[in-house]
Amino acid sequence: MTSTGIGKTDQPQTPGSSMPLDTAAIRADFPILTRTVRDGKPLVYLDSGATSQRPHQVLDAERSFLEEHNAAVHRGAHQLAEEATDAYEAARERIASFVGVGADEVVFTKNATEAINLVAYSMSNATAVRDPAAAAFEVVPGDEIVITEAEHHANLVPWQELCARTGATLRWYGVTDDGRIDLDSLQLSPRTKLVAFTHQSNVTGAISPVNELVTRARQVGALVLLDACQSVPNAPVNFAELGVDFAVFSGHKMLGPSGIGVLYGRRELLEAMPPFLTGGSMIELVRMERTTYAPPPQRFEAGVPMTSQAVGLGAAVDYLCAVGMDRVAAHERTLTERTLAGLEAIAGVQIVGPTRMVNRGGTVAFTIDGVHPHDAGQVLDSLGIAVRVGHHCAWPLHRRLGIQASIRATFALYNTTAEVDQLLAGVRKAQRFFGVRGSAEVKQQVSTR
Amino acid sequence: MSTADTPVQLQQLYQDIILDHYKHPRGSGLREPFDGESQQYNPACGDEIKLRVRLAGGKIADVSYEALGCSISQAAASVLHEQVIGAGVSDAMKMFDSFAELMASRGQLEPDEDALGDGIAFAGVSKYPARVKCALLGWAAFKAATVAALAADVKG
Repeated sequence: MTSTGIGKTDQPQTPGSSMPLDTAAIRADFPILTRTVRDGKPLVYLDSGATSQRPHQVLDAERSFLEEHNAAVHRGAHQLAEEATDAYEAARERIASFVGVGADEVVFTKNATEAINLVAYSMSNATAVRDPAAAAFEVVPGDEIVITEAEHHANLVPWQELCARTGATLRWYGVTDDGRIDLDSLQLSPRTKLVAFTHQSNVTGAISPVNELVTRARQVGALVLLDACQSVPNAPVNFAELGVDFAVFSGHKMLGPSGIGVLYGRRELLEAMPPFLTGGSMIELVRMERTTYAPPPQRFEAGVPMTSQAVGLGAAVDYLCAVGMDRVAAHERTLTERTLAGLEAIAGVQIVGPTRMVNRGGTVAFTIDGVHPHDAGQVLDSLGIAVRVGHHCAWPLHRRLGIQASIRATFALYNTTAEVDQLLAGVRKAQRFFGVRGSAEVKQQVSTR
Repeated sequence: MSTADTPVQLQQLYQDIILDHYKHPRGSGLREPFDGESQQYNPACGDEIKLRVRLAGGKIADVSYEALGCSISQAAASVLHEQVIGAGVSDAMKMFDSFAELMASRGQLEPDEDALGDGIAFAGVSKYPARVKCALLGWAAFKAATVAALAADVKG
């Protein structure tokens, strides 16, 4: 039902990781990349870290599911129900395999935010119900939830709220001046129940020392939750090898549909964890007095789930696998290195986060002296360049780094070095427009075409 | 500061009046005494403004402010300062309504210079929904601070 190819080229399904991407062929798969914006400027889309664009293979998979197989999954005995359930569960298997885990360890959610909330509320529920089988998830006054100052609000606010509901204390690792988690800033304690942190910062691009953080959590018996929203779309990631207990990511950041996200939970943990949302589908036996629950992952998927979205995400995973995540990562590394070097060469531009490609992914945030990020983004937008401006849902991190906001470029497999050069020219253009330092050094012809 | 290769949309948005107020903000800085104060944030970008209003004889005697933000939000606060000082409270609130109406217009409204003064330069902002909040941040603070000042007046 879903095409696994990448467009009209006859590329092998498992190409060598050394082979550079044929970005022209890849771009041909993404209809939106052919459009123009702001009076005829070709779109330069550098905001995939917020949401990525979708290839026609994903769009076609959703459409063909809806045109040929649509039905409510896991209920009904008719042929469409069977086909829909098969498509839904087959997508789960491919998505699970993509991140190195079992299909029964993958729970579909609305997005990564909901996946984190699912864990936080399941812990609340364990605390309220006090079922001995779920004691590992109970959180009581004096317990600690540990996060980092680098987190996206999605991996911060749900834990603040859990602490407010349970009387637990929220603690956090600080951040170094170059935006990395400061491992010396906090000692875990025997009261630490859970350590939640980002795999790759959505601002600085810094990749977290997962092994060290997992080791420390294990030493005190704490659970580990990994926010993998910015890593899974851009590089090979294997949750089982990383040894984390939970991990979350969103479909819409990895060429897939919005409205679908993933919670990975280690099998024995999901089996012991009480549900968050309850209702249809998640039950084993219902009587008027009480209900027993289905095994995971169904226990955590109450109601008719998002089905064409799951199928679409399965197709996105097929697409990424066909290209090869090693090649995606290598391609984005090339783009990131070029961006970092280009920005460093512009006087008055400050990179937020690591400036070298060591433990660093393809997210480049920066500021321009004398030009507010909102204004810089407006100039870039007028040139057809879409970047993110603001605090990127990481307000405490910006505050820690002494900035109010930043400009952020993020890459996907469809971006080109020419687009990087357009970004760099756009930054110079913004300096010129606002008459700030660096403008005199402009040698390059600004392309507004 | 704009050059030949500057897209026309950019020029329409960043009118010279806006850039002038941005580079030379009128009346910035927090002053005492004041009768009402408000702090407003733009959660999308972290911009913030603290603004104070002093009333005297039913008129706006002073507006002082400290703003951290983009050119649009800073310039709007500066223009606001020029516009409302000396105006009666109800006239100042009418200016707020006119400006808010212009900002909601998506570029479809002919701005009224009599009502808005330099505020007409912000007409182009209304075509960019993401920037409307920037232009309104100072005005929102002004309205809240004035309401607070009136409330304090009633109590006092």
